[in-house]
Amino acid sequence: MDTKYAIETRGLRKSYGDVRGLQGVDLRVERGTMLALLGPNGAGKTTMIRILTTLLGPDDGVAMIEGHNVVRDASRVREVIGLTSQDASIDGVLTGRENLVMMGRLFHLGRSMARQRADELLSQFDLVESADRQVRYYSGGMRRRLDLAVSLVTAPPVLLLDEPTTGLDPRSRQALWETIKKLLAAGTTILLTTQNLEEADQLADRIMLIDEGRTVAEGTADELKRQVGTERLELSFATEPDAQRAQDVVGGVRVAGTSISIPVEDAGEVRRLLNKVGDAGLDVQGLAMRQPTLDDVFLTLTGHNTGEKQ
Amino acid sequence: MTQTLSHELTRLAPLRLPAFVLALSDCLTLIGRNLRHIIRVPEQMIQMVSLPIILLLMFRYLLGGAIKVDQAYINYVIAGLIVISVGFNLTTTIVGVTDDLRNGIIDRFRSMPMLPSAVLIAHVVAALCRNAVSAAVLILAGFAVGFRPTAGPLEWLAAFGILLLFVTALSWVAVILGITAKSVEGGNGLGMILVFLPYLSSALVPTSTMPPVVEAIVVNQPVSPVVDSVRSLLTDAPAGHAVWLALAWWVPVLLLSVPLAARLFRRRTVG
Repeated sequence: MDTKYAIETRGLRKSYGDVRGLQGVDLRVERGTMLALLGPNGAGKTTMIRILTTLLGPDDGVAMIEGHNVVRDASRVREVIGLTSQDASIDGVLTGRENLVMMGRLFHLGRSMARQRADELLSQFDLVESADRQVRYYSGGMRRRLDLAVSLVTAPPVLLLDEPTTGLDPRSRQALWETIKKLLAAGTTILLTTQNLEEADQLADRIMLIDEGRTVAEGTADELKRQVGTERLELSFATEPDAQRAQDVVGGVRVAGTSISIPVEDAGEVRRLLNKVGDAGLDVQGLAMRQPTLDDVFLTLTGHNTGEKQ
Repeated sequence: MTQTLSHELTRLAPLRLPAFVLALSDCLTLIGRNLRHIIRVPEQMIQMVSLPIILLLMFRYLLGGAIKVDQAYINYVIAGLIVISVGFNLTTTIVGVTDDLRNGIIDRFRSMPMLPSAVLIAHVVAALCRNAVSAAVLILAGFAVGFRPTAGPLEWLAAFGILLLFVTALSWVAVILGITAKSVEGGNGLGMILVFLPYLSSALVPTSTMPPVVEAIVVNQPVSPVVDSVRSLLTDAPAGHAVWLALAWWVPVLLLSVPLAARLFRRRTVG
């Protein structure tokens, strides 16, 4: 496979009984860049992470990390990856420092190097003051920071982040974003999964939308947004049936119960759309123009929200 | 900036040692983790130290007076209490294994270039340590309240050997229960099996006082020969075939439970 890509999969498939986790996903992440895997719960994001981290064998297809096959060369893959998963998987009874030293030792660093590395990461992640407190007394944000620090013990060239900011307050989330940006700037290749469009938009070089185990679209945030028009007109109505009738008349997608969103090219098109709605005898309650978001992309391509299961 | 990363990679390169040395190092690292848990989790301390003392005092001074055996009751009951405390201590093992599997830390270990089953080995070693402390507490406190063993050095050694076999084998059974449990609460429930089993043995009262059906069950369950052999080795109680029966039960349990645990662990964590 091409060495330009630090992470590469071809035709990756995995099902659990009747549930199809992944249905043939091709994915490429160039070395030193970040790809965000964006999709709702059950889209197959975690399955992808579990395959790439050697925790799960694919039914079919190939997955390579830094040129190592995740099935055949699993032990080589484990040496070059760091994993941060949804539930902060650290030991609550140990202190932050002890967790870091333990993981360092399990990565087979020498004793003094493991200690030295723990100190470095504690200061890098602003955990020096709580270094010798048991992790069970940490706040959610501190646990996530420690969790990320643990996955960086060996400064892995490839980092897999499975919804790293889920459940964090905005301030902690922002802080974690800054850290992730620094890692990216230092040359780490990152695959991040998220349900948060803003997160994908802010951090990632490229974004892949996935839904029900399939790739829906892939590109930079701008490329994806361009797929749904340059600007969007949002119309809101008094009742849901009104919104439904308006959608029948002018198209677009439903963004909330009583609102629809339509891609528009210019002002003339706005007038034409409003005339059509007026001719249909519908009262427009509110009107707004806005830039397309990744939400619009997702909604347009899949017919449902990133937050919804189905 | 890319240079920073490659520099870091060289600096943080893993030690290149033979695989078995690294595997041993993984085990020692995780044993260190489990030993810290023993010291820091109050419930584990209570189970390990306080509970045996309470049981000892209860059977010595509260119930013991009413139980008639062929020797001083304190001499009779120490072996039973050692085995009963094993059941309590192994609940911790079950819950610990379940918890590790549930909270994702084992997933992290498995994504690392280490020996994943070192987690299980560490749990078993920690169980041995907890039980060694409990047994030592019981024997020492026993001395203080009248326990007078007649064992010579060889008999002590033999008793130690049988208990070591019993605890190791049952710890692996506890690991299996921990892997099988769906939740930490479920693991606690399964722990009741191990807690209850010694009560249904010759641990506290002679089997000859029981109705024939109960006696038949109690005599033929695997914990009774352990209690009987330790008792006969430490005191002047008659030995019978207890030692051989204990070996006949627990050597096979050990030989079966280790590969079974490894297999269930693999199945539970892969796929």
